[in-house]
Amino acid sequence: MSIVVRDITKRFGAFTALEGVSLEVPTGSLTALLGPSGSGKSTLLRVVAGLEQPDAGEVLIADEDVTEAAPQRRGVGFVFQHYAAFKHLTVYENVAFGLRIRHRPRAEIAERVGELLRLVQLEGFAKRYPAQLSGGQRQRMGLARALAVDPKVLLLDEPFGALDARVRKELRAWLRRLHDETHTTTVIVTHDQEEAMEVADRVALMNAGRIEQVGSPRELYELPANEFVMSFVGPVNRDGDAFIRPHDIELRTEPNGATREAMVERLVHLGFEVRVELVRDDGTRLSAQVTREEVAALELEDGQIVYVRAVRQTTFTP
Amino acid sequence: MGRYLLRFAGLGYLAVLLVVPVGLVFWRTFEHGLSAPWHAVMTHDARHAFWLTILIALVAVPANTVFGVALALAIVRRRFPGKGIVNAVVDLPLALSPVVIGLALLLLYGRLGWFGPFLDRHGIQIVFALPGMILATIFVSLPFVVREVVPVLREIGTEQEQAASTLGASGFQTLVRITLPAIRWAIAYGVVLTTARCLGEFGAVSVVSGRLAGKTDTLTLYVQDQFESFDLTGAYAASVLLALLAIATLVAMNVFRPKEEIR
Repeated sequence: MSIVVRDITKRFGAFTALEGVSLEVPTGSLTALLGPSGSGKSTLLRVVAGLEQPDAGEVLIADEDVTEAAPQRRGVGFVFQHYAAFKHLTVYENVAFGLRIRHRPRAEIAERVGELLRLVQLEGFAKRYPAQLSGGQRQRMGLARALAVDPKVLLLDEPFGALDARVRKELRAWLRRLHDETHTTTVIVTHDQEEAMEVADRVALMNAGRIEQVGSPRELYELPANEFVMSFVGPVNRDGDAFIRPHDIELRTEPNGATREAMVERLVHLGFEVRVELVRDDGTRLSAQVTREEVAALELEDGQIVYVRAVRQTTFTP
Repeated sequence: MGRYLLRFAGLGYLAVLLVVPVGLVFWRTFEHGLSAPWHAVMTHDARHAFWLTILIALVAVPANTVFGVALALAIVRRRFPGKGIVNAVVDLPLALSPVVIGLALLLLYGRLGWFGPFLDRHGIQIVFALPGMILATIFVSLPFVVREVVPVLREIGTEQEQAASTLGASGFQTLVRITLPAIRWAIAYGVVLTTARCLGEFGAVSVVSGRLAGKTDTLTLYVQDQFESFDLTGAYAASVLLALLAIATLVAMNVFRPKEEIR
């Protein structure tokens, strides 16, 4: 079920968190709200959930205007960055909460909770309290709790932000698989572009209370609408007005007319890929990304003089 | 070595200031056996004072618990004009001498007070009667639940409540199922302090009660009455009764508190 947001404005005192934001989230999609901190992405998600009231604009969930509706009437599942676990309830009771509020029969609740605990791989933990779980387990409980009430849309506010890198990666892949199984319309807020690119099929990039661009991860990467998008969705070199991705820099040992001279300042080995940090004769610093094989073929080492050329570069006309 | 010294100093301080005086009261009470103090507390006036004390606590404690939790929720979760003033006024009974509180009630509800003529006309007696004593006790024991609950409410934050609302809980369901369980030990501790304060109240109640033995004497007032009329056995016995009530309150809390929560 789709989400439509129209001309939302939200101010906190003198600070404008959202300025006339419009966005459509198609049914069954997994959309990421990506942006630096303070860009308004969490506020937008909270406006959709009804946890914040917008100063202007409207919110539609499944074609129904819910702008004035209380959170409990919107049919959303919300997952919080810091879990918001009910500390005095067991894992079972946490997941069952929404069903108990709806006065579902006991047997049905037991079946549904059991099913969800299997889904989030917490079968053996039903009787534990949140304090006895790891961060990753708590967040999976949070997801199961949100899914228990069959929400029309699932909203995740930096769900993996408080977890360590390895668990974050695991849960990310797991969330993607979960979405492929359930097809619940999902919006995930993140400040991590890698996370957005990996997990989402659509990304809305936000900056200073506005949406800069909406598209597939590939569109944002390959056809960025402006400088901000270009530099936010991946590493970038700046050469005058031109923006060059590190993997679009070609290195040669001999000049060929189109190349410019540069010195290898440092080689950073990142496994399969190697980042070559270069400084040109005019003082411009560039960072090129090449494979291990290329480094071996070119016999690159620190202090060496090489000849560089941008295979592809992007300029934006203001 | 230093650690033992600190521990010794701490225990010594407690012993000299608390344990020895209270122990002495117990010893004095029972030094000639159980019979004399038993008869002393079984007199009509002593029994009346005991039940009056309990009755006042049974009204004042629930009233201050409900009001205290509501006020704490308003202070922490709501924004309203004059909140800072409300927050400060809650502490007034702690800062103000109980005698002043008693006098204030007298000025308001007494025969010559603001509401005096009105109450007189309708045959309602507040001062020198039970309603005045309850009012005075509620007044002096008001801050405890609020002061225990406010910091805990701040600490738990609003995320759990927001999660409950997204899961379909109404404001009332969220309060009952999430907020109140989360602050239950703060409430329990506040109730214990409130109860102790109610049982021990002397100053304000003394002013508004009129101190009619067998009618408007609470246990604390009774202790002083007996002491002043040289019935030391009666005074000591009633004191022990007061102390036992206080201990029972503390024990009750520890019994109700599940083991896993004691850290």
